Amino acid sequence: MSDFLSVNIPKFTSVFSAIGMFFIVLAVLFAIAGRANGKKARPIALVIFLAPALILLLAGLIIPAIRTFLFSFMNPDSNAWVGFDNYKWMTEDPNVKSIMVNTILWILVVPIFTAALGLLLAIMLDRIKHESIPKSLLFMPMAISFVGASIIFKFVYEYSEPGEAQIGLLSSIVDFLGGTPKDWMLSKPLNTFLLMIIYVWTQMGFGMVILSAAIKAVPADIVEASALDGASGWRLFRNITFPMIKGTFIVVLATGVVGALKVFDIVRTMTGGNFSTNVLANEMYSQVFVQFDQGKGSALAIVLFLLVTPILIYNIRSLRMERSHS
Amino acid sequence: MKRKGLVALVGAAALSLVASLVTTTSASAAVNCDPYTGYKAMKGKTVTIFTSILEPELTTLNTAMSDFQACTGIKIKIEGSNQFEALLPVRVKGGNAPDLAWIPQPGLLAKMVETGKVVLAPKAVVANVDKYWSKSWKAYGTVKGKFYAAPFGSNMKSLVWYSPKQFAKNGYKVPTTWADMTALADTMAGKGQTAFCGGIGSGGATGWPATDWVEQMVLREYGSDVYNGWVNHTVKFSDPKIVAAMQKVAGWMQNPKWVGNVKGIATTSFQDAGKGIPDGKCMMLQQASFYGNIIAEGGATISPTGDAFAFYLPATNSKVTVPVVGGGEFTTAFSSRPEVQAVQAYLSSATFATSRVQLDNWISANSGVPLAAYKNPVDKLSATYLSNPKSTFGFDASDLMPAAVGAGAEWKEFTAWFGEGKSIADVVKAIDAAWPKS
Repeated sequence: MSDFLSVNIPKFTSVFSAIGMFFIVLAVLFAIAGRANGKKARPIALVIFLAPALILLLAGLIIPAIRTFLFSFMNPDSNAWVGFDNYKWMTEDPNVKSIMVNTILWILVVPIFTAALGLLLAIMLDRIKHESIPKSLLFMPMAISFVGASIIFKFVYEYSEPGEAQIGLLSSIVDFLGGTPKDWMLSKPLNTFLLMIIYVWTQMGFGMVILSAAIKAVPADIVEASALDGASGWRLFRNITFPMIKGTFIVVLATGVVGALKVFDIVRTMTGGNFSTNVLANEMYSQVFVQFDQGKGSALAIVLFLLVTPILIYNIRSLRMERSHS
Repeated sequence: MKRKGLVALVGAAALSLVASLVTTTSASAAVNCDPYTGYKAMKGKTVTIFTSILEPELTTLNTAMSDFQACTGIKIKIEGSNQFEALLPVRVKGGNAPDLAWIPQPGLLAKMVETGKVVLAPKAVVANVDKYWSKSWKAYGTVKGKFYAAPFGSNMKSLVWYSPKQFAKNGYKVPTTWADMTALADTMAGKGQTAFCGGIGSGGATGWPATDWVEQMVLREYGSDVYNGWVNHTVKFSDPKIVAAMQKVAGWMQNPKWVGNVKGIATTSFQDAGKGIPDGKCMMLQQASFYGNIIAEGGATISPTGDAFAFYLPATNSKVTVPVVGGGEFTTAFSSRPEVQAVQAYLSSATFATSRVQLDNWISANSGVPLAAYKNPVDKLSATYLSNPKSTFGFDASDLMPAAVGAGAEWKEFTAWFGEGKSIADVVKAIDAAWPKS
């Protein structure tokens, strides 16, 4: 116990003194802002309130983005210009080609399945008895980190040689059904899809919760009115429910696309990017932090950034449209 | 009032920070100063060392050096960081270099020498290294013909793990030649046993054990010159010699008779690979000296008669004597103050190495260390080969090659070689293409 205290008391004192310093700085700033009066009051207040956010934005986002852009035209140590060499490497290297194909597959498959399964679950579980129980269970994988989920699925995809007991869930199911299990992580292109299942498994709960909330927000009188007009089942869903939750559905899709572009932990934990399962974010990490090539890593980051941008723009636009409609 | 309280808090925090930085040195009552009579007393001088070695290893090192510090009055302050490789260049360029650094990569040593801040090894160190280490070890502390850094700790990779109990049960003898080992593997295969375990999975670093296997074979078949040429890319991967070495690895670790499922090696983690050794699921595994800790996690005893132990991976070519692949750190000096040179001389002496190996889990290639001093039997075995003056030592090649190859293409391509059956011709072509141009 005394050991715990002697180790941790300095930690806590420095944490609390840092928080204290923060409040002192705030108090000083507010005092200055409060004293200013007359014409200068507004600009001073503006500067004081905006400056911290601007400085953080500048230091944390804008400057690094510019540096990354510049580094992508430089050599591994970022001390000499190499022109478009890093981008040329991307078009020529066969590994990068497979990385691009996989990344595009992730963008196409993962968001659609996450959103579609989420929607299906939201509809199926809507207004059943004890709705919150199955929902909580389905939402729970969301609380597991991707690394944790990958370790769980390592056991699911475990393969033993023929003759030995198949301890992997997938292998034993295949075995039970009379098929021959194989070394799943080596079977391409199946392995990439098996990795996607991990992502969908953890994220579909998120889609379900968001979409379920949207379905519940559909006004009951509209549903009743359409029911009176004879709409039910599929037609009710197609013509009334879905159009009303479309905005939410797009948000879930867009989140899925951005998540799929960033996916890194699953690939790194499951295959290390081997066996043709590599994706952009994992290769970017390897280039910068394992092979110490800031140039190639930055170029990959720029491509990743360019791929995310249109989706973000579309997402913001559709949100704005919705706001102007309501 | 409130502010005063805060100031007091900040003050207290600062004080406690200072307090935690000050290391307490306790002088034991009866210190035998005889081994240190050659060093001048320099009371009150401090020497700083920067390293990638972390706790609890640092405490053990301090214990090993405590007599030296008590007798000479020189205080040694070691600072360990897991960001060592990134921080050292920054500190040196920023004029804030430590007095000494234990550099684990000869490549980083060469980079530091380029800055002009590294000091040549003093005479006493040169004498110690000439006396106690083999020529190949000295070469890794030498940059452009000038000797800078004496070897410090080492690790040994040319070992094969096996189970003495299983060997005794089956009546097998530890092989001492390559032919004996292959004959033994055939006998095992004949009995339906898996002769070699294998696993190269290691998350983002998957493939590194396979690079070790190829390194073993290149050094065993061709010796130092080809090995060092291979590291510098004057001998390309596509060179017939390297291709032949890879074919020999394929005949060994990709031989389905001996390893069973070849492709499974790519998806088995290196930690899991040797788990079957104690109960004979597979009989032998080529892995480094640290692997004993991994096998011991499962409760196995590591000893020459226990559940698991190691033997030296035999040589394949009689012209290459005692080939050993391994690694180590090099004591690099950024200052020529007399107390720094005294510590340098001490660290390269057999006195230091002996007092360190007595404390367990450390290997020195210093031939002045009596083998009886080793507490750990695997360390002792490793030291037998590392400190052999006839040994042909090869520093872990993938650590010496540019990171784009040694931590990139080589891992990836060797993994594809094992896991996807990619041909050696395609593998070497891809690695050569990934070698940085400049």
